[in-house]
Amino acid sequence: MTARETILATVRANLPKPAVSMPEVPTSTDHSGTEGGVGWRRSLDDLGEVHDFPDEGESPVPYFRRHLDAMGGRSFEVADAAAARAKVAELFPDAKVVCSAADEVPGTRRIADVVDPHDLADVDVGIVRSRLGVAEAGAVWLSGTDLVVDALGVLAQHLVVLLDPSAVVPTLHDAYGARLDLASSPYGVFMAGPSATADIEGVVIYGAQGARTMTILLLAADATGEI
Amino acid sequence: MSRPVDAAANAALFIADPAHQETHDRLVWGMRQHRDKAVAAIPEWERLRDLASKLKEHTLTHLDRYLEQFEANATKRGAQVHWARDAAEHNEIVAQIFLDRGARRIVKSKSMLQEECGMMPYLAGRGLEVVESDLGERIQQLDHEGPSHIFVPAIHKLRTDVAALFAKNLGTDPDDSEPHHLAEAMRQNARPKFLRADAGMTGANFAVAETGGFVVCTNEGNADIGATLPKLHVASVGIEKLVPRARDLGVFVRLLARSGLGSAMTQYTSHFHGPKPGGELHIVLVDNTRSARLGSPEFWEVLKCIRCGACMNTCPVYRRSGGLAYGATYSGPIGVILDPGFDHRKYGELPFHSTLCGSCTEVCPVKIDVSGQIAKWRRVIASEGLMAPGESIGMKALGATLAHPATFHAAEAIGLAAIAHLPRAVVDNPLNPWTKHREMPTPPAETFRSWHERNRGGA
Amino acid sequence: MNIGLFVPCYVDALFPEVAIATLELLEGLGIDVGYPADQTCCGQPMANSGCQPESAATEAHFAACFRDFETVVGPSGSCVHHVRFHLDATEQTSEVVRVRRAVRELVEFLHDDLKVGAFPRARFPHKVGLHDSCTAIRGLGHCRSSEHPTRPAFSKTRDLLAKVEGLALVEIDRPDECCGFGGSFCVTDEAVSSKMGEDRVRDFHRHGAEYIASADMSCLLHMKGIIDRLGLPLKVIHVAQILNGGPA
Repeated sequence: MTARETILATVRANLPKPAVSMPEVPTSTDHSGTEGGVGWRRSLDDLGEVHDFPDEGESPVPYFRRHLDAMGGRSFEVADAAAARAKVAELFPDAKVVCSAADEVPGTRRIADVVDPHDLADVDVGIVRSRLGVAEAGAVWLSGTDLVVDALGVLAQHLVVLLDPSAVVPTLHDAYGARLDLASSPYGVFMAGPSATADIEGVVIYGAQGARTMTILLLAADATGEI
Repeated sequence: MSRPVDAAANAALFIADPAHQETHDRLVWGMRQHRDKAVAAIPEWERLRDLASKLKEHTLTHLDRYLEQFEANATKRGAQVHWARDAAEHNEIVAQIFLDRGARRIVKSKSMLQEECGMMPYLAGRGLEVVESDLGERIQQLDHEGPSHIFVPAIHKLRTDVAALFAKNLGTDPDDSEPHHLAEAMRQNARPKFLRADAGMTGANFAVAETGGFVVCTNEGNADIGATLPKLHVASVGIEKLVPRARDLGVFVRLLARSGLGSAMTQYTSHFHGPKPGGELHIVLVDNTRSARLGSPEFWEVLKCIRCGACMNTCPVYRRSGGLAYGATYSGPIGVILDPGFDHRKYGELPFHSTLCGSCTEVCPVKIDVSGQIAKWRRVIASEGLMAPGESIGMKALGATLAHPATFHAAEAIGLAAIAHLPRAVVDNPLNPWTKHREMPTPPAETFRSWHERNRGGA
Repeated sequence: MNIGLFVPCYVDALFPEVAIATLELLEGLGIDVGYPADQTCCGQPMANSGCQPESAATEAHFAACFRDFETVVGPSGSCVHHVRFHLDATEQTSEVVRVRRAVRELVEFLHDDLKVGAFPRARFPHKVGLHDSCTAIRGLGHCRSSEHPTRPAFSKTRDLLAKVEGLALVEIDRPDECCGFGGSFCVTDEAVSSKMGEDRVRDFHRHGAEYIASADMSCLLHMKGIIDRLGLPLKVIHVAQILNGGPA
C-alpha cells in the first residue's frame, strides 16, 4: 500500500465515534451581541474598561484605526489621490525607490515593470491598494492580484496601503464568510501592522523581517483623481 | 533506546539560575495576562471556543473525507500533494524534492511538525543548507537547541545570552544587548539569505478542505518572504490541521493569536492556494502517530490542538521549568500529553511534571481537557510499570496502608512520633525532599480521631 | 439533618483543629454530625499518581464507611473533588455511586446547600489573603477563575468570609495561581513545587496579608512549610476555623 492508502485506511478505521455534526458557523458579525451572540456589543457589566465596540450601523473605521495602532501600524485620512501622494512624500522624504501597485500613487517604479521578485530588494516604500479591511485587528487583505508581485508586501522596507473606508468590515467572520475569494490568486495575506517580533525577552520590535512600518491611507476608491 | 527525560531534575537546574527562571516566569505570565485582556474584549469568547471545538471534532470524525477533499482541491490548483506515514518518510520526501530540483539553499519558517520530524539534522546530512528565518528559531538554531516554546522559541534566554550568541556567530558587539540592535543585526544577516534561497519551507496552521489551500500565521512575515521569493515552496502539514471551509477560519484565526499572544491576530495571516506562476508548491501531508491517536477513545481529542501556546503560558510548572526541561519537541502541558504518544518510555515521566491545577484546560481555545488528559496519561504510564521505581513502590505501600483503618492508625502514630522526636539533622536528610525548602509541620498532640473519642464519646 | 463528617487522612493526622472547627461549626448550625471512626482516606494520593489498582481497596473502604449517610461533608476541596469525579478505581456499585454523589465540600455545603446567612460567632480582625485551591476553583467551581474574564464573577468562599466581622481581604497579583503542592508532586518535583510555593507566599506577603486562608489544608501545609523556612510573618488558617470564630 502507498503511504496515502495506508494513512487514509488507518484514519477511516480509527474515526472516533459518534461522528460530530457540523456546527453552524457565522458568516457575518452579529450585532445582537449578547453573551450568546457573535458580535461586538459587550454584554457583561464587569468589563469596565472595554467599551470600544461600535453599535449596529455605526462605522467600524474608528475601531479599525484603534486596533491598527495597537498592532503597531498607523493610519491617515486623505481626501484624494494628490493628498495621498503628498502624504507619502511627507512620511518618506528620503525614499529612493518607491514601488507602487496602486494607480493613485505611482512612485518611482511601477510594479508592472518588475519581472523577478528579487528585483524588489532595494524598495524603500511599497504601495498597494487593499480591497478589504478588518476592524477587530486593524488588518488589511492583500492578494496576489493587489500586489501584482507577491513579495512587494514583505520585501519593501516600508509599506503604504490604500484602503477605502467603506471596505472595512467589523470582524473576520465577515471577511471569511462572504467577502473573500481566498483562492482567487495563489497568495493572499492579512497584514495587521508591520513585521514584528517579541523573541528577545518579550520586547516588541517592529521591522523584524518584513516591512518596518505599515501606513494605511484611508482613501475612497472612487477618489482616484487624475494620475 | 533513549533514556527517560527527567523533567524534574532539568527544572531544578533552571530554577537554580534565578535570573533566567524569574525572567521567564514574568515574560510568559505576561503573555497570559495579555491573553486575558484580549479575551475580555470578546464577549462571545466562550461561544467561539465551543464552535472551534465542535468544528475540530466534526473534522476529525470525518477526517478521511476532508483529507481527500483537500487533496483533490489542492491538486486542482496545481499543488503537488505528498503523503508521509512518519517522520522518516516526511524527511525523505522533502529532501528528494530539493535534490531533484537542484535546490541547495533553503530558508524555512517555523514549523513544529518539522521539529517533530527531526528534519533539520536530516536535511543537513543530505547536504542541504537550511536556515531558520524566524528570529527566535534562528537564535535556537545558532545555539544548537530546540524551541523552548511553540511561538517564542527562545523565551528562556536573556538578551545578554542573545548578544553573546550573535557576537560569536554574526560578529556583533558582545556588550550591546539592546534587543532592537540585536533584531536589526539578524534582519541584516537574514536578508541576503532570503535573496539567494533556492526554496522556501513552511508549516501550516490550517489547511482548508473546501479550497485546497493552507494558512500560515507569523508575526515577522518570514514565511511570506520564504514563500514568495524562490520559485519552490514546500509545506509540511499535519493531517490534523484540516478545517472544512474558508468560513471556519474566522473562528480559528480569531482564537489563535488572542489565546497565545493576546493580540487580535498575528501580524501576517498568509494563505497559499497553488503555486505562483512558473513555480512549484509541494504539500506534504504527515501522519506520524496522528491516525493512531485518532483511534484512541481516551486521547484523540489532543488532535484538536491548534498550537496556540496558551496552555504553556498559563502553566505554573512550565513557567518555572523552562521549555527545554521537557526534553522534547513539545513542552508545557500540550507537550505532556503529546510527547508520551511518541514514546511512552522516554516521555513517561512528563505527565507527573504537573500539579493538575487545570488552568490549561480553561484557557484552551479548542476546549481540550488538557489536565484530564495528563491524569489519563498517568494511569497509562503507571499501568505499564513505567513510573519512577521509588514512587511506584511507595504507592503500593501507601495503598495497602490506607485501605485498612488499623494499619492507617498505626502508621499515623509512628508518623507523628517520627516528626516529634527526630532531631532536625535527621529529618533534614537528603532523602526527604520535603525539607529541602520547607519546614516539617509541627505535629499535634493527638489525632482528630482520638480527640473525637475523648470529646464526643466515640462515633 | 444527619450528615457524615469526612476527615481527610492528613487532616486527621496533622490538623485535628481543622476537623474540630468543622465539627463545631456544623453542630453550631444545628446539624447532627456523625463521624465514622474507621475512615482512613479517599484514595486520592494513589489515584492522583495514576495508580488505580493501588487505590481500589482504599476507595472501597471509603464508600463503605459513609454508606449510611445521606450527605457527607469534608473540609477539603481536593479530596471531595477526587471522590466526586475520580473515585473509579473500585467497582461502581450503586452504593459507591450514591456515596460519590452524597459528598459535599464544606464551602459549597454552607454556601449552596445551607445558604447560611450569618456566622454570629465569627470575628477575625485581620488582613486575609484567600487561597482557593485549584480543585476547588476549576474542579468544583467555587469561583469564576481568572481564565474566564467574560463569565460573570462570583466566589463562594468570599461570600462566606464577607460575613465575618473584622476580616479584610487583600488582593494579590496572581489571584488563582497554583501553590505547587500537587500531591506527590511536592516531593517528586521538589524544586518546582517549592519555587511555586515561594512565589505564592511572597505574593500574599507583598500585599500585606497576615493570614493565608483556604478551604484546603494540603495547600496550606505546603505553604506553611515554606513560610516557616523563609521566616515570613505569615500564618495559615482554614476557612472553617475562621467561620467557627477564629483559631482555637
